[in-house]
Amino acid sequence: MDLIGALGKSLGRDNVALTTVSAVVNWARLSAIWPMTFGLACCAIEMMATGASRFDWDRLGLIPRATPRQSDCMIVAGTVTHKMAIRIKTLYDQMPEPKYVISMGSCANNGGPYWQYGYHVVKGVDQIIPVDIYVPGCPPRPEALLYGIMALQDRIREKSLLDDPREGRQPATGPQLAESAG
Amino acid sequence: MTGAAIIERIVARFGLKEGSFESDAEAKDPWIRLPWDQLLAAAEFLKGDGDLAFDTLHCVSGVDWPGDDPPAIEVVYHLTSLTKKHWIVLKVRVERAGASLPTLETVWKAANWHEREVYDLFGVRFEGHSDLRRILLPSDWPGHPLLRDWEWPETWHKIPVKAGRQMTDRAESGQMTGVGPFD
Repeated sequence: MDLIGALGKSLGRDNVALTTVSAVVNWARLSAIWPMTFGLACCAIEMMATGASRFDWDRLGLIPRATPRQSDCMIVAGTVTHKMAIRIKTLYDQMPEPKYVISMGSCANNGGPYWQYGYHVVKGVDQIIPVDIYVPGCPPRPEALLYGIMALQDRIREKSLLDDPREGRQPATGPQLAESAG
Repeated sequence: MTGAAIIERIVARFGLKEGSFESDAEAKDPWIRLPWDQLLAAAEFLKGDGDLAFDTLHCVSGVDWPGDDPPAIEVVYHLTSLTKKHWIVLKVRVERAGASLPTLETVWKAANWHEREVYDLFGVRFEGHSDLRRILLPSDWPGHPLLRDWEWPETWHKIPVKAGRQMTDRAESGQMTGVGPFD
């Protein structure tokens, strides 16, 4: 049973609600995943469509933020060039914990059409930052991105408050803040 | 004016001898290949002449010919006259090693960014250019990647440049890498 249902039931009976702190915190976190306003290529057009009225990701609690300091989630929507990779790493480092990354589309997943001959494209954004959810497609339809967001919510729901949010993350290979001069 | 007439005007104006230039007036985009030292004068003539009035530079492209004798880099200029409704393609070849051309920025302002792109990807230096920096690639990128003999670096700022097997490896080890209705 989900949290709201459990709350409603126990509140209705005896005005006392029993739950775990983790469940409440997870519920808060997964109900307000604020993504960073951040698009790189044609996937960003689908991402905008996901935010617009027909698909409306606000109903899942997503409100785009214009700064990494207020963001919980980075949706890497598009082709990650090497020049941009350094900026992405910087933005990711600036986000507060807990933070999540959705890699949207083939380019961000593994380089996509630039896999073999694209000297300028990073072969997957997971080469520079740890990725939680991969959404395939070129570009993915808004339904696919929404599915990815819901999959991320499922992942957050499994977390415990005692978990280190950094645990299990692949170490990033990219440049550190101090040396990202290019 | 037809392509043939434009080419004729250029040949007559610069007194080009048979064999010192090539052209094709029948091509869909009629073109003429000039000696590179005539480039700037030809550009000024094409823009300034009242009958030609080439007011628009569409693009500047580079072509690498490492197998030619001598090895050359060709730079191609696509020109259009919006008032006269005709167009022509200018081509010049320069020696591949230390390739350098006069800038056409003084004739068509649009050449600024286009020449920066040719410099970025082919390493052609445009003499007299007001701001010859890389335009697309990072400023510390090694070499000029559209040259045929350009060698891929292994990494750039610790980021692998070449495609590895990382996605395949993860898929073969049974890790789920995709999420979505099409997975």
